[in-house]
Amino acid sequence: MSVTTVEPPAQKPTVRPQRKNCRPKPSGWWMPYALIAPAVLFVLAIQILPMVIGIFMSFIKLTKAFIANWGSAPAAGVANYSVSLDFNSAVGKSLLASFFVTCGFTVLVVGLSWILGMAAAVVLQRQFRGRGFIRTLFLIPYALPMYAGIIAWKFMFQKDTGAINHFLFDNLGLGGEKPFWLIGDSSFAAMVVVALWRTWPFAFLMLMAGLQSIPSEVYEASAVDGAKPWRQWRSITLPMLKPVNVVLILVMFLWTFNDFNTPFVLFGNSQPPGGDLIAFHIYNASFLTWNFGLGSAMSVLLLLFLLLVTGIYLIVTNWRSRRA
Amino acid sequence: MHETIGTKVFRVAVITFLTVFTMVPVYVMITSSLKPLRDVQGPFTWWPSEITLAPFVDMWTTVPLASYFLNSVIVASAATILSLIIGVFASYAMSRYKFFGRSIFSTTILSTQMFPGVLFLLPLFLIFVNINGATGIQLVGTMGGLIITYLTFSLPFSIWMLAGYFDGIPHELDEAAKVDGCGPVGALVRVVLPAARPGLIAVAIFSFMTSWGEVLFASVMTTEANRTLAVGLQLYSTQSNVYWNQVMAASLVVSIPIVVAFLLLQRNFVAGLTAGGVK
Repeated sequence: MSVTTVEPPAQKPTVRPQRKNCRPKPSGWWMPYALIAPAVLFVLAIQILPMVIGIFMSFIKLTKAFIANWGSAPAAGVANYSVSLDFNSAVGKSLLASFFVTCGFTVLVVGLSWILGMAAAVVLQRQFRGRGFIRTLFLIPYALPMYAGIIAWKFMFQKDTGAINHFLFDNLGLGGEKPFWLIGDSSFAAMVVVALWRTWPFAFLMLMAGLQSIPSEVYEASAVDGAKPWRQWRSITLPMLKPVNVVLILVMFLWTFNDFNTPFVLFGNSQPPGGDLIAFHIYNASFLTWNFGLGSAMSVLLLLFLLLVTGIYLIVTNWRSRRA
Repeated sequence: MHETIGTKVFRVAVITFLTVFTMVPVYVMITSSLKPLRDVQGPFTWWPSEITLAPFVDMWTTVPLASYFLNSVIVASAATILSLIIGVFASYAMSRYKFFGRSIFSTTILSTQMFPGVLFLLPLFLIFVNINGATGIQLVGTMGGLIITYLTFSLPFSIWMLAGYFDGIPHELDEAAKVDGCGPVGALVRVVLPAARPGLIAVAIFSFMTSWGEVLFASVMTTEANRTLAVGLQLYSTQSNVYWNQVMAASLVVSIPIVVAFLLLQRNFVAGLTAGGVK
């Protein structure tokens, strides 16, 4: 951008020297901004802006009457929040129950997924015949479209025509009445099994990728020193997988806590209390009663909770790694 | 190094348990899709009383599966291509440039993973309705709205994974291309992208799977005109007579292309994850 050579210096004697003293910005400084612009635009328009509007909506009385013209809905102040958090009222009580169900669900699904994924990754670490085939089998639930897998489970959990009851009562010969799996309290167990089936291959995939970065010499050296497999896992595998684990557990936590698909496809319009995950609960609270102000307030509370947990998690994991 | 009895037993036990757990639903899906209707309406059997291909024929007429299929293909393909293009540019900037706002950008992009879908579902729906009112551009009940929504779902992961991948490609390659007269975009397209092909494939698969399997937004933003498989497949079971054999056949048909593609390209996927994780 050397304009100076083109124009005779006499024409603009006052401006030119000043501009020469200015450090010119390196050419193409705008390049990275141009490159990220489309991504920024779409994320702003589709995620950030609607979320800001959603937060705004949580402060207005956005009910059925105002849905067509939501700008004119009256302000609600914090009424939506106080209703959601009043645990003596029906709304607050059911939200709290749903929150506890979701916590139990998340702990079980994330914990068990991690254990199964870790067991599979460790077992497949060593080369043996058929390893590639088994690995491929294990990834199938992750590759299946989410609803296809859940629908298959829904069929299996049917009371009279399903595979689960047939296996438990006809094949294993368990006595008693065949339970409903998709209605009532058993729905929690059914939902955990389905989510676990779907989530553990992801843990397996990530841990397997992480294990590939551990050099085999480390294991050989420790074996020479007499380390048994359990000791090797605890002293080599686990510490070296730490960076993967930190990301993996956080991602699984967020996905599982926000899980909507599993209860939605599994239970449809019936909402058994045992299967009332929070995302599903908020969806129903919004769309069945058309009270979107209340639904938004609940969503904001959920977001705040996730932010809090994620923040604490990141601080704790950072602090521990710095200390180590 | 020899394997002890204990580890061998552990290995066999783990593999057996996980294989059964993983494959039983797949087995049920396959065998049930070959059953006549009376088999799936009576008590469950592990094997069809007679093997029939009728469900694979009838499923196309019970619900308009073909049009849902086409809609899903269009939406998922368009979202994948757009997400890939946008993701490539953004992650190239992340990998090759130090610029003001870089860390804010990456943090924001990653934190969108935290947002509960229900929080921005309704506002987004209302925005689309208002855009329609103001400009006449129809975004609800058309493919366009779904496409731009889905592309933002896969974008964060795509950017994260591709930036990791690009980091592994030596900067000298870009420099050499620039010496030869390429601009930054030319260097990206002619030199970096060919070297990052495994990463691109991995991201494309991930984006496609995300769009193909999304249920929540599909159930609110689609009408009969643009219904995708995620919603369409559930219509079999809302009918008073549940054609489970047809549901299973349809599930199988909509799954096979994506499962095969994923399993064939899984090595790329693992490589992409490792590259992103190293960062």
